[in-house]
Amino acid sequence: MKKINLDESKVAQARQVAGGIAADIQTFITEHTTVSVERAVVRLLGIDGVDSEGVPLPNLIVEDIVRGGGLSRGAAYYIANACVALQAAPQQVAEQVAQGRISLTKLPDQGLATLEAAETLADGAVAWVAARRKERDLLLTELGEGPQPWLYVIVATGNIYEDVTQARAAARAGADIIAVIRTTGQSLLDYVPFGATTEGFGGTYATQENFRIMRQALDEVGTEAGRYIRLVNYSSGLCMPEIAAMGAMERLDMMLNDALYGILFRDINMQRTLIDQNFSRLINGYAGIIINTGEDNYLTTADAITAAHTVLASQFINEQLAHLSALPDEQIGLGHAFEINPDIEDGMLLELAQAQMARQIFPAAPLKYMPPTKHMTGNIFRGHVINSMFNLTSVLTGQGIHLLGMLTEAIHTPFLQDRFLALENARYVMNAARHLSEEVTFIAGGRVEKRANEVLTNALELLEHVAKIGLMEAIEQGLFADVKRGRFGGKGLEGVARKSADYYNPFPQRFMSRKFLSGGDH
Amino acid sequence: MEIRPYGDTLNDGAMQLSFTLPVAPSPEAKEAAKQLVQRMGFQAASVVHMADLGESFSFFVVYAKTPVSIDYSSISVPKVDAKHMGFYEVNDFIRSNVGRKVVVVGACTGTDAHTVGLDAIMNMKGYAGEYGLERYPEMVAYNLGSQVPNETLIATAIELNADALLVSQVVTQKDVHIPNLTQLVELLEAEGLRDRLVLVCGGPRISHELAIELGYDAGFGSGTLPPHVASFIVQELVRRGIK
Repeated sequence: MKKINLDESKVAQARQVAGGIAADIQTFITEHTTVSVERAVVRLLGIDGVDSEGVPLPNLIVEDIVRGGGLSRGAAYYIANACVALQAAPQQVAEQVAQGRISLTKLPDQGLATLEAAETLADGAVAWVAARRKERDLLLTELGEGPQPWLYVIVATGNIYEDVTQARAAARAGADIIAVIRTTGQSLLDYVPFGATTEGFGGTYATQENFRIMRQALDEVGTEAGRYIRLVNYSSGLCMPEIAAMGAMERLDMMLNDALYGILFRDINMQRTLIDQNFSRLINGYAGIIINTGEDNYLTTADAITAAHTVLASQFINEQLAHLSALPDEQIGLGHAFEINPDIEDGMLLELAQAQMARQIFPAAPLKYMPPTKHMTGNIFRGHVINSMFNLTSVLTGQGIHLLGMLTEAIHTPFLQDRFLALENARYVMNAARHLSEEVTFIAGGRVEKRANEVLTNALELLEHVAKIGLMEAIEQGLFADVKRGRFGGKGLEGVARKSADYYNPFPQRFMSRKFLSGGDH
Repeated sequence: MEIRPYGDTLNDGAMQLSFTLPVAPSPEAKEAAKQLVQRMGFQAASVVHMADLGESFSFFVVYAKTPVSIDYSSISVPKVDAKHMGFYEVNDFIRSNVGRKVVVVGACTGTDAHTVGLDAIMNMKGYAGEYGLERYPEMVAYNLGSQVPNETLIATAIELNADALLVSQVVTQKDVHIPNLTQLVELLEAEGLRDRLVLVCGGPRISHELAIELGYDAGFGSGTLPPHVASFIVQELVRRGIK
């Protein structure tokens, strides 16, 4: 039995309209590539490292191709062609480019051998990602995992080694998921920094080496704690697809990945992000990585009651775009948040309506529930109580991924003890109310049901409006989060290119067909 | 007038403390917590809770009494020197004293991506029942959003002929906001614009005192509402004779 009677015809209609919006934009997406998509291809093909000045080799490779006018053909062709022409591995090719000894677009075409080399290299890369995925499945079977809602905490010291200490402590205190927050500003870097890092502001650089260090630490502590601990990072910003590739290779388990977030909140060009999100999600999907979408952010800039429907509308769009990247529902962690002003009478009823509605509309998605931040004031005692209400709402509505609120939100990045107290709070509330949801339904025609249907109706209206004008126009008009972004504005547009007829990328087809995965096309 | 913290008796000096020590919980750890608090000068220290944070860390809650007192009459705090006006009053004030619309440009500068404070002050809807500056009919407010380089903020201020700049800084880990706020003042001075603009900063860790020290006209901390900022800007404009 459903806990809230929702107007199912409106749910079906909203999904259909969102599907149309996604399909419409997908046409544009498949006709284009970006420098970051191609750098992700370069990384998947096995190229990593930096030159003597610290510039990442994937950037040097793609810049070399751009200079030679070859971006529209894609990086895979040029790398494979150079491998055949020079009888060298991709990394050696990259080093020669870095030393200025060759230019990829100037090498003679090696014909069929190039294509064969590319296919072999791509198979090797995809098999590696598949192996990492199988490794996760094995560890999950061996170690098991905590019950949902999974408790998700953040570490953000700036120093990966300090992060490890805090992450291990959190895992021991009951955390199921550790996210390493990125240093402020990384989303606007058009390259991924290299190596282990010990300096950052409000977070730690996302680098492949940092991923590796934290992965190993969580595997160790998970083995000791008898529970698989999931690792999260950000496939967002100007390097969305590249970081997705790094995450796939280092067995991250979740990645923040929102189709619109970078556009709205980081002023990244909308064409760039829409193209990037597609390839990044293809990678996430194949790697078994659960994406976390960012609808919670809408409620930090706009009012949580009046903008509730924008969250639902965006969830529908994110879901449909994710399906076009072959992400199954089980890997779509749609976001929302507990951000209603705590002074409002029956505020928790509104939160319950929103959370239960999302649960019913996206039954297989591990919903990502974000804690109160906007109304956290520095009154840590009251904040701790508000977080308890959030914890109760989450367990009562069966949320999947539960980001813990910190009593010191709005004061500082969490102290070790703040995280511990948050985990203690959530463990208490969720344990005490573990099966409450099985005992509760909401009264037909009651406040919660009315509110949920009101939000659904408004979301459908918004989606219909977006469908009429198109997603890009809707963003230009500021229909999401009250933020207006131009089609040609923002950062990163120069990195967008229209694919030519001979564009070649061996990965999408392999990811879509689930090659090397059980049940996939072998 | 000498005062001490109040627990349940005047001037009993009772305080609650909580902190983490980098050792595993043990009777020795508990004693260390107690002695640490005593060395801070507290008396009657009582460790009421010890918890294992893992990885050789323990958490303590301690109650203790301080013998230290403070002479309340000796305290002075620099405050934003402006009469508080409401939404209608500010707009009336602009109509009668400025005679044109006041242009305000706001941004989260540097790498800071947290717009929650700036949005609370600027967005149409405002915060806690107070309209944001965008709603003020006698103001033209531009919210440039997050991660705006100081240079861009200045260029925009020139282009829009701004009267006031609002800078929001939320990320303050390792004091990253200080060089960023300082650089804006230096750039404005180098451009010869500093005196033509009312320069205001805000954020949860910003005080008026700090703002003045960094060369700003005012600083606003947590709990600030849009009319606080609006009142200051318009009165400062008039005080300086900017028309």
